[in-house]
Amino acid sequence: MRLFLTQFRRDLLIAIRSRSDAANPLVFFVLATLLLGLGAATELTPGVIWVLALFANVLAVEGVFRRDHDDGTLEQLLIHAQPLFPAVMGKLAAHWALSGLPVAVLSPVAAMMLVGTTTGAGVLMMTLCIGTLALTLLGAIGSALTVATGRGGLLVAILVLPFYVPVLIFGAGASTAAMLGEPVAFQLLALSALLAGCLTAAPFAVGKALAISQEY
Amino acid sequence: MEDDLLVADNIRCTVGEGVLFNELSLVVRPGDLVEVRGPNGCGKSTLLRCLVGLHEPDAGDVRRTADSLYFGHRSGICGRMSPIENLRWFAGITNARAADESIGAALVRVGLGHARRDVCDSLSAGQQRRVSLARLLVSPAPLWILDEPLTALDDAGRDLVVELLDRHRSTGGAAVCATHQALIAGPDVPAAHVVALGS
Repeated sequence: MRLFLTQFRRDLLIAIRSRSDAANPLVFFVLATLLLGLGAATELTPGVIWVLALFANVLAVEGVFRRDHDDGTLEQLLIHAQPLFPAVMGKLAAHWALSGLPVAVLSPVAAMMLVGTTTGAGVLMMTLCIGTLALTLLGAIGSALTVATGRGGLLVAILVLPFYVPVLIFGAGASTAAMLGEPVAFQLLALSALLAGCLTAAPFAVGKALAISQEY
Repeated sequence: MEDDLLVADNIRCTVGEGVLFNELSLVVRPGDLVEVRGPNGCGKSTLLRCLVGLHEPDAGDVRRTADSLYFGHRSGICGRMSPIENLRWFAGITNARAADESIGAALVRVGLGHARRDVCDSLSAGQQRRVSLARLLVSPAPLWILDEPLTALDDAGRDLVVELLDRHRSTGGAAVCATHQALIAGPDVPAAHVVALGS
């Protein structure tokens, strides 16, 4: 817990000090929503909001370890944090709190603009909260694998997008069903199960990938 | 032996087709100073990364029985945070329950008492090295793995490193140090062992 909090606080502090970097995913999400609102002639489905949130996530998670790798704090973390699991979780929690969470919070506004209704906006927000956390955990694996190569970007997207697909399907499915007033329990449960799987497995995979990244 | 801090047993490292070192064995006991010498590119940093566990040797194994502290080419200091915040984080991840007073004292000792709250990005290269050096004072780890600790430091900084090493060794610690200059030990401290690579 101490490790989790230490790392969580540090990453929040750094994000606040480098506001422009930290705000990137949110700015992307807002701009894309505005442009889609202007460009689309007809009303869209909540699935579109989910796709936007997913891309915002890929953009953000790609660089989650880059700075730490470059300044050597990552190798210090790998040497000293025993166990590594809570430190990785702290780092990813801070990252999610500033990328996935604000996107989820803003999603009802996006729903109003793109879908034209706030029916089911609560479910949309909830699925985005659960879903973006799962996406961050999955994306961090790709980010950790590519951190030492110095070029994440598209490579991370190609690596992790196949794993994003189930999250997208259940998340978008639940949001659309909620808008139509249909039951959503199944999709919500499936999404939660995906998150539970990510929470248990991803931090270990990230730790292992980071250890490999230090070999050169 | 029981009090060995670190045992490297016949380790071998290669880069591409070339062998950096082969069948290299090393034992570090309390009070030891091991200097790793050799020309650029001979594998000093790789050896140190093997010793601290960041790099897996191609053969042989490394056993550490004590906590180690690594001082590498990358500073391990986040430029967006102040020296004191960096050291607080470092103490947090190493479980060194260092109070703010001892962190402050460490920064004064390395000559950064006045800059403790400045953002590290605004410090000079030598000052950033000194922030890294302050880690040596905050951490209780008995084994120090230092990769060219004198880089970017002025004469006073070099004297400080030598002094810290002498004190660390006289209190039961040990260090492995890659360097191009001999670290002349004080009169009552045993001389260094030298591991020469690239010969």
